[in-house]
Amino acid sequence: MNFDLNPLLLTFKLACATTLILVLIGVPLAYWVSFTRRKLKYLIEPLISMPLVLPPTVLGFYILLLFSPRSFLGNFLETVLHVKVVFTFLGLVVGSVLFSLPFMVNPIKAGFQSFPNSLIEASYALGKSRWETLLKVILPNIKPSVLTGIVMAFAHTVGEFGVVLMIGGSIPGETRTASIAIFNEAEALNYAHANFYSSILFLIAFTILFILNVINRKGLKVLS
Amino acid sequence: MIKVRAKKNLVTSHGPLCLEVDFEIPDKELITLFGPSGAGKTTILRMIAGLTDPEEGLIQVDDEIWFDSAKGINRPIQERQISFVFQDYNLFPNMTVRENLEYALKDKKDGGLIDEFLAMVHLTELRNRKPGTLSGGEKQRVALARALLRKPKIFLLDEPLSALDLELRLKLQDEISALYNRFKIPTIFVTHDLSEIFKLAHRILIMDAGKIVRSGTPGAMFGEDALSGKFKFVGNILQMDKEDFLTIVTVQIGNNLTKVVATEEEAQDWRIGDRVVVAAKAFNPIIFKI
Repeated sequence: MNFDLNPLLLTFKLACATTLILVLIGVPLAYWVSFTRRKLKYLIEPLISMPLVLPPTVLGFYILLLFSPRSFLGNFLETVLHVKVVFTFLGLVVGSVLFSLPFMVNPIKAGFQSFPNSLIEASYALGKSRWETLLKVILPNIKPSVLTGIVMAFAHTVGEFGVVLMIGGSIPGETRTASIAIFNEAEALNYAHANFYSSILFLIAFTILFILNVINRKGLKVLS
Repeated sequence: MIKVRAKKNLVTSHGPLCLEVDFEIPDKELITLFGPSGAGKTTILRMIAGLTDPEEGLIQVDDEIWFDSAKGINRPIQERQISFVFQDYNLFPNMTVRENLEYALKDKKDGGLIDEFLAMVHLTELRNRKPGTLSGGEKQRVALARALLRKPKIFLLDEPLSALDLELRLKLQDEISALYNRFKIPTIFVTHDLSEIFKLAHRILIMDAGKIVRSGTPGAMFGEDALSGKFKFVGNILQMDKEDFLTIVTVQIGNNLTKVVATEEEAQDWRIGDRVVVAAKAFNPIIFKI
């Protein structure tokens, strides 16, 4: 039997791109939420966690509206910058980044908040800037939290269905990820194919969680 | 010369407190801040360092103004050349001993300075170890070396030895004394330990409830000049037993317990936990509260 590997490759590509972008956004965002005294954070914090409780289809629906060629933003992107978001890989990345944001931000935020303030003060007392303190003192010491964020965001993106389907549809090679391929194959009663994708996703999920446990146990040993 | 004038309203575990101090430290002087917990000692160090802002006041080090509420000057901690040694060491757990020292330097090319400091605090052998594997005394030596590497204008120590056992404390007192004599940096040392005061301090500021209530040399403050005792120890009252018209007071001095007899009149103001001096004048030991 001939299996199409494209959905798996696409899923992998999407998860990598999403995770990379989320590291770049997630670390500064978690830092800001953890250390700012501004009231604005009480508005931002629940917004970050919204995807945890919101049906993925709701998020997908609003992203679809936001970036549709009829909306101001979608129209601007398409006519001025010639960038199309809906029903493209780029759209999947945008949706995944928003949808997996809490999985990246929340563990890192927990890491920042449990990090002893006295060590941060000790670094400032040695004349080091916030930036240097973040890079050389805080982040190396909360590595397990950052790794947890990375792994969770990656795993969550791999398993995404609702948002991807709403924004991307099911265009082979462009937006048909493994989870959508499973749905299509099962609907067409191609159980062998559905099982092929499902078992691989199952294995990936298990491996990721297994690695995560190992990381956290090691992390605990280092800190204690 | 360091000038500190500061006012700040604090909320402590004993209720609200108005911290208001005004003192100077001449060059090359080591002063200790002494007083009950919650008196505002640590807050003073934090205000000098720039970790806490006074509501009003002036902090001037030589001719640099670090804080002046009247002119709206408040230099960030990174621009105040201070060194701060904390009670719980605050070594960076991700760095080795050597890396902790390196982190304190602006320039990685240290010209052998780090090795010199490591040798000075007897840590050369342990330079590649992570702080988690060191004992309390070793950790505090790393912290002292790291603090002094910066060549600070003022050296702030917040009960640096209080987490250590007596023997180590005595040893590190000697080391701090040696380090001080070598660098002669104006130093403020917060402590609860009288032996540290007598061993290290040129001058002592006694604080209570946010104010400096007395200041002077350790000897003058604790009655050394006023009393020609043959021997004298400082301890805490552990127990008071009334027997007829006498009170037997059990005092802990270091790790020793001793019983001293006091009259009912003498003992009426004393409470368990009070710090007292036990001294012998000629033949009969005398005891009084400090």
